Amino acid sequence: MWLPIMGGLWVIFAGSRVRDRAVKQDAFFISLLTFAVSLLLYRYFDPTTAEMQFVERSEWIAAYKIYYHLGIDGIALPLILLTTFTTVLVILAGWRSVEDRSHLYMGAFLILEGLMNAVFSALDAMLFYVFWEAMLIPMFLIIGIWGGPRRVYATIKFFLYTFLGSVCMLVALLYLYTQAGSFALRDMYEAVLTLNEQRWIFVAFLLAFAVKVPMWPVHTWLPDAHVEAPTGGSVVLAAVMLKMGGYGFLRFSLPITPDAAASLGWLMIALSLIAVVYIGFVALAQQDMKKLIAYSSISHMGFVTLGFFMVFQIYGATGNWHDAAMGMEGAIVQMISHGFISGAMFLCVGVLYDRMHSRMIQDYGGVANTMPKFAAFFLLFSMANAGLPATSGFVGEFMVILSSFKANVWYAFLAATTLILGAAYTLWMYKRVAFGEIRNPHVAELTDINGRETLILATLAVAVLALGIWPAPLLDTMHVSVDHLLQQVAQSKTSIEAY
Amino acid sequence: MKELCLAIVLAPLAGAIAAGLFGRLIGRAGAHWITILCVGFSCALSCMVFRDIVFNGAPPLNVALYTWMQSGGVNFQIGFLIDQLTVTMMVVVSFVSWMVHIYTVGYMHDDPGYQRFFAYISLFTFSMLMLVMSNNFLQLFFGWEAVGLVSYLLIGFWYTRDTAIYANLKAFLVNRVGDFGFLLGIAAVLTYFGSLDYAEVFAKAPTLVDTTLRIWPSSTSWSVLTFTCLCLFVGAMGKSAQVPLHVWLPDSMEGPTPISALIHAATMVTAGIFMVARMSPLFELSTTALSVVLLIGATTAFFMGLLGLVQNDIKRVVAYSTLSQLGYMTVALGASAYAAAIFHLFTHAFFKALLFLAAGSVIMGMHHEQDMRKMGGLWRRMPITWLTSMVGSLALIGFPGTSGFFSKDGILEAVKLSHTPGAEIAYWACLSGVFITALYSFRLVFMVFHGKPRMDHHTAEHLHESPAVVWIPLVVLAVPSLVAGLAGVGPMLFGDYFGKSIFVLPAHNVLHQMAEEFHGAVPFITEGMTQPPFLLAMSGVVVAWFLYLVQPTLPGKIAAAFRPIHAILLDKYGFDRFNDWFFAGGARGTGSKLWRWGDVALIDGLLVNGSGRLVGWFSGVMRGVQSGYLYHYAFAMIIGLLALLGVFVHHLFT
Repeated sequence: MWLPIMGGLWVIFAGSRVRDRAVKQDAFFISLLTFAVSLLLYRYFDPTTAEMQFVERSEWIAAYKIYYHLGIDGIALPLILLTTFTTVLVILAGWRSVEDRSHLYMGAFLILEGLMNAVFSALDAMLFYVFWEAMLIPMFLIIGIWGGPRRVYATIKFFLYTFLGSVCMLVALLYLYTQAGSFALRDMYEAVLTLNEQRWIFVAFLLAFAVKVPMWPVHTWLPDAHVEAPTGGSVVLAAVMLKMGGYGFLRFSLPITPDAAASLGWLMIALSLIAVVYIGFVALAQQDMKKLIAYSSISHMGFVTLGFFMVFQIYGATGNWHDAAMGMEGAIVQMISHGFISGAMFLCVGVLYDRMHSRMIQDYGGVANTMPKFAAFFLLFSMANAGLPATSGFVGEFMVILSSFKANVWYAFLAATTLILGAAYTLWMYKRVAFGEIRNPHVAELTDINGRETLILATLAVAVLALGIWPAPLLDTMHVSVDHLLQQVAQSKTSIEAY
Repeated sequence: MKELCLAIVLAPLAGAIAAGLFGRLIGRAGAHWITILCVGFSCALSCMVFRDIVFNGAPPLNVALYTWMQSGGVNFQIGFLIDQLTVTMMVVVSFVSWMVHIYTVGYMHDDPGYQRFFAYISLFTFSMLMLVMSNNFLQLFFGWEAVGLVSYLLIGFWYTRDTAIYANLKAFLVNRVGDFGFLLGIAAVLTYFGSLDYAEVFAKAPTLVDTTLRIWPSSTSWSVLTFTCLCLFVGAMGKSAQVPLHVWLPDSMEGPTPISALIHAATMVTAGIFMVARMSPLFELSTTALSVVLLIGATTAFFMGLLGLVQNDIKRVVAYSTLSQLGYMTVALGASAYAAAIFHLFTHAFFKALLFLAAGSVIMGMHHEQDMRKMGGLWRRMPITWLTSMVGSLALIGFPGTSGFFSKDGILEAVKLSHTPGAEIAYWACLSGVFITALYSFRLVFMVFHGKPRMDHHTAEHLHESPAVVWIPLVVLAVPSLVAGLAGVGPMLFGDYFGKSIFVLPAHNVLHQMAEEFHGAVPFITEGMTQPPFLLAMSGVVVAWFLYLVQPTLPGKIAAAFRPIHAILLDKYGFDRFNDWFFAGGARGTGSKLWRWGDVALIDGLLVNGSGRLVGWFSGVMRGVQSGYLYHYAFAMIIGLLALLGVFVHHLFT
């Protein structure tokens, strides 16, 4: 975690003096090193225990019992790997397209990476909050400085939306502190709360996390932010930052307020299904590729929240937490897979944007004629986005749909419409961009992807296919942690009324 | 044997990777040699496995390859189930695919995307084999979608053509509608059976006969098996192009002809038929589901055949005939005559692939002209193509002795005897379908190969028989088109060929009833000569001969006399128009309305920017208050004091 932050600072301060290329090499090296370290984590991770591993703990602000307390479990680990992996690619992707103040750009990404890792591993609520907020700053700058023409509107919208949510979270955390006596997550898990208290806290958390996911109807910042962000910003935003919301639900909402989550589960499921269906239709109407992918992200994240909050109803229907585990694991797989796929999709749009400086679908047409290699990759990722089996996009959706059937036939019915809608909006876009006769002279002048771009896309392609063909290793990492979480969730925390 | 099976599926995949990723490296010849060898190898091994299972009586193989994942206490495994049903499909798939590979060398000779094409068809062979060899629903779905993907790629192979990329998107989306149902079916299977493994699911099926589920809280409850079967059948309807999900198949003819033969006639479209036969232990337990299957099949068989009569594009005639034949297979499934359905699938794969490839040969000879009105009299110039087409057409109409005769007669007899509700209607639909089949088939033969040549002078001069790589597969396919029925009728239709791979309730077993009257293939033929199907087929041929050779002006007059009907047929019953308007247009309309009103106007406009404006307005007011003029502040203070005073006085007196 500290490695990229320090590295990022170094790149910023040293970068103003040395050549552009050296800065990028350093940044690349640091991100690669971080990725290697995170792979070591995976290597030495013990998937048979639900306990936090690689724990670091020291006092920070003793008076308020705030600790610097880090550690990871089987849910955080895949997300950290996703973060470090994505950063490497993002740095590579910015190689050519960012010329202006590149040392700041690279530095911002490295710092962002460190902060994101910190969020995923914080075990102290205050620490979590600090990193959660700090993370906004580099992202804000990335969109604000290297963004498109309407970047000011987008950044302010992005900032206000997320800030509003996190203030509510802060209030909830402070209240929890008075109840639990410390900011340690472990203490919060054990705090006794009435259903009413839980509901208030749940709603406060919901505001914070729902904005990040984003859930309908607090999603409208995302398309704007994506459209205005530079490619790298979009990739990190879609691939990692959206996962923060889902992670927050798993770390905070579900274990701290299980009864509220159970009683408000219907609301969450309704919002998730609206996201899947409504946003699916909205994506169909988009003319801007980045907007389309952003809406598709929202629709896919609907599966994540659906998987999380279905567990109570599945348990109610079958009386078996095993059945619920599949939905939840499916949702986590969906988070990881969406990280790869949406990242890849934004990179693909970035490749086109670098060449044509347009994101509008109508400006393209017949790209496959001039960029066959690119078209092949783009098709693979489009298919993955449409949830084709043997790509990672299929696994999570498949698991969530299968288990949603156990809760209610209609959930499965609505969720499965993504099979049609997802294919419709993704492939229709692909058709208009890649297929057909060459539509205009600009397309005719396009050059195919170079070695660096091929490397980036090929790496992602391997990840997407590997996860689709053999998802077992990923699932084995998280089984025990998910079971542990479900046990926590199963236990009512109200001492007064029985659940 | 596990290794053998692994080799069968992996060989085409290796070929696909070689041709696809290293196409430039290995060159055109390298691409076709590698893929042809790989698929040929796979075909040879399939035949070996076929021999082991069918002739040497080896027990069925059910083996897991690896654990795909494990979640919620369920093991998702990838594995093979090799039994009589599977090996039949394996041989058909690998053999037809092999022929098509060879044929492609000639057909795609000048195409710039040569290597890409071989990569796709090898990938298709791999996916299709994975589909049929699967031992669980998960892998079935994998293969199911993968063949859909390759079909998408191949229909849009010439991706600069607008019609082709329209057709491939349409095909993929319509198939996705089917897959939507299929996935729900799989979810139902997992929910109620607790497993996705065929063996476990089938073993548990009888215990679930009385289980019901409620779809609406207050509605009557559905049988779980009926619900599951209907959902699965929606998948089959998409892939096997049954009404109303048939609309993609005629358009798929935009793809190159070899794939029309391989994917859209012989193999992929029969995946739905195969799936239902595979699921026979489930379908058998739900009469409602069987009845739906029967009626959908009958509708497809009759109405799609009619459309074949008015088409002028040679490939589209064959495509509508494929639709109609798939309808026949579906009818057989509905009548619980699964063996008859698979038998027809088996013979149809040969003669329909033959017809498509022959049509391709004609198209090559005609310099990529597909309109039959511009052909005629080709038999002199293309004798082999003519002869093989004739064989294919005779098999298609069920001429006694050809392969199609046995399989189609089997289906008709079975439907006649079946007690599934709706069997009577289905029987009449199928019977009249026989006449229509003969009419459109020989309309094609007569218009293309006989009569006066109608092509322009230039084409006529260059007209010649296609090269050997093209006509050899035709001849090779013509052989099983002729004899496969004769050889297969005894064991496959009436014998114990399928063993335990197909399950039929004794009460539904019409084939068994027929078997009692079956005394060998030759009496079957002689008896068939006196039956109505034969007479109808022959009259179809005669009518076609009269209309298109003797009195070529008559069809136009008939069309004019029955203008409304003719218009409906030309409009393809309006399915395309309705879908474009309702589904495609509707979805886009809904999307843009939701976006403009929901996202842009309501959430962003009113709530987000609205609250921003509210804050702005409020701060504007507040800014006005802080004017800096002393008398403003003094005035406010006086008002405030007065108010306080008022409150104070009020309190004092109460």
